[in-house]
Amino acid sequence: MELFEITTEDIFTDDVVARLNDPAVGAVVTFVGVVRGTTNDREVRYLEYEAYPEMAEEQLRRIGEEIRERWETIREVAIIHRVGRLEIGEIIVVIALSAAHRAETFDALHYAIDRLKEIAPIWKKEVWENGAKWRSEGHGKRRDQ
Amino acid sequence: MDNKQIRVRVKFFAAPREALGTEEIELEIATGSTVKDLIDLLKERHPVLEAYVRFINVAVNRVYVGMQTELHDGDEIACLPPVGGG
Repeated sequence: MELFEITTEDIFTDDVVARLNDPAVGAVVTFVGVVRGTTNDREVRYLEYEAYPEMAEEQLRRIGEEIRERWETIREVAIIHRVGRLEIGEIIVVIALSAAHRAETFDALHYAIDRLKEIAPIWKKEVWENGAKWRSEGHGKRRDQ
Repeated sequence: MDNKQIRVRVKFFAAPREALGTEEIELEIATGSTVKDLIDLLKERHPVLEAYVRFINVAVNRVYVGMQTELHDGDEIACLPPVGGG
């Protein structure tokens, strides 16, 4: 099972958690990103996600490596991100981390989602009733060049 | 292709891809050219890219690089607008 993946298929959180299965694990934390029906008081019809898939998977793997370097207690990391047209309520991304105990898992999870938004070549287009726009997190140039 | 030129592929995503109307361009550029030289050439040939290039990060063979990086024959260059995953 792949731990870092860009997919056009539905993501199932249980399936991602199952990829971290290991008798040494006592805690798994997950972040599940879901398509919201409004942004800035505007009704969203759907989102369109696009990636540079080969590079994005490498960047997700890099995030996993960074986490395991920073937090030695983290055992395994999985990040699965969907691309294509996503309807309201559908899962965009699942990040799952495993450890023997829960200490530090939440910090590491926070780091994972921040890094994903910073270095993974993935783009989001919001489509409304009468328009559409590509959205980023706001910081244009990468900070760690 | 003479030996003063290298051949590279350039990939586009999101807004600049839509503006350009294609996701990939193949082109020849002088041996010894940098990423910056390539961007300048792209702007000249495709003025529609002008609005996007100042916000673009560039990857060569899937690794983020700086503007002074030298290009080589067969490189895969990606023009990456500000990202917004998750």
